[in-house]
Amino acid sequence: MKASAFSYIKPSTVQETLALLAAHGEEAKLLSGGQSLMPALNLRLSAPEWLIDIGGLDDLRGISVSDGVLRIGAITRHVELLRSSEVADNAPLLAQAMAHVAHPAIRNKGTLGGNLAHADPASEMPACMVALDAVLVARNAKRERRIPATEFFTGVYETVLAPDEMLVAVEVPVAEVGQVHYFHEYCRRSGDYAIVGLAASAVVEGDRFADLRLGFFAVGDRPLLANAARELIGRSVDAAALAAAQAALEAELDPQEDQQASALMRRHMARQLLALCVATLLRRPDLEIRRSA
Amino acid sequence: MTAPVPIQLTVNGERVEAQVLPRLNLADFLRDQLGLTGTHVGCEHGVCGACTVRVDGEIVRACLLLAVQTHGMAVETIEGISDSGEVADLQAAFRMRNALQCGYCTPAMLMTAQDLLRHEPAPDREQIREHLSGNYCRCTGYHAIIDAVEATALARRGEAS
Repeated sequence: MKASAFSYIKPSTVQETLALLAAHGEEAKLLSGGQSLMPALNLRLSAPEWLIDIGGLDDLRGISVSDGVLRIGAITRHVELLRSSEVADNAPLLAQAMAHVAHPAIRNKGTLGGNLAHADPASEMPACMVALDAVLVARNAKRERRIPATEFFTGVYETVLAPDEMLVAVEVPVAEVGQVHYFHEYCRRSGDYAIVGLAASAVVEGDRFADLRLGFFAVGDRPLLANAARELIGRSVDAAALAAAQAALEAELDPQEDQQASALMRRHMARQLLALCVATLLRRPDLEIRRSA
Repeated sequence: MTAPVPIQLTVNGERVEAQVLPRLNLADFLRDQLGLTGTHVGCEHGVCGACTVRVDGEIVRACLLLAVQTHGMAVETIEGISDSGEVADLQAAFRMRNALQCGYCTPAMLMTAQDLLRHEPAPDREQIREHLSGNYCRCTGYHAIIDAVEATALARRGEAS
């Protein structure tokens, strides 16, 4: 299908963009890389009156590190994150996960801010941001506000962003010494949205987790920072502890059923990912016992 | 304000000036306004990869890019990289290895394979599969396509296939 008709405008400054959003926010969509917006337009899931092309706002592009924070401009493209040594060194989870975001032709155009603002619950980056305790920086014509990733996503394709606000940057705490990560997703084809996925960040001291943040995706209407991680922090992990964490995780999940998987299958995959993650991060292959749910 | 917008770009090295409606995507612009029908349109939501072209040297989905967004940019299509001889060996390998079949996905497969070989001259089969994973072949000719890309990579490095 084809997109319905809209008016197109390409502002050259952030201030101009925010003024346009103040005037047209309810009827407008920001066009960044367009790799999620264009499908939505073509499928007529979205039919805005205005498309505001922010592709020329070079102020919103780029990756930098200072004061323990990796700052990524909202319209930084996926391929730039994938090739960035700053990202690989300071947020290796993002680098690893980015290789699973769509395909080369899409990563050449898609942007981090666009991906996060689109808020697909099966997308990799929102879960990474939740696992890494990132802060999303949003602006309107009057003010800037900083939103923890854990509070940013409110539902399927829904965020706390107001119609007159735009995402300008993402701030990720630089990985500390001893911080490790895990990323895995189940999908039908490499590069597709996940059936179930897990992006995790942890600090391991000896045989225990000093910290563990589990960002599950495609198991509910938004990325889930699983409380079940608490069952595993600061204690020696054995099969019983892992089983308790899996049970706690199941209680938190609210997976959807769709053409790809039943809710039951998604629950099983999430349990499996939890075990794989814990066994990998603690280097305890004995914990990776495959059993039926 | 949904009136046509003037754009200027280069397509396969030639300067193009056109008036386009904002909603017109690059694939339809290339096919319908410029007559460059090698860029195929499949799913129109970024899944099948049949519309892959190069913009400013990098492959993109032409169905997920508006023609107005390419103002000032350089677009290369299968016609361009075919006429220049850039992918002549890859095309020959596709014929040799029976990697064509119906041919619908072929132009985009060539664009994507050439993109891989430019970035990674010595890919293993897994890397080839990964790079081509965004392109559907409806005849399921994947193994033959991997063979052709691998053979081209080997030949370009001066090694026999």
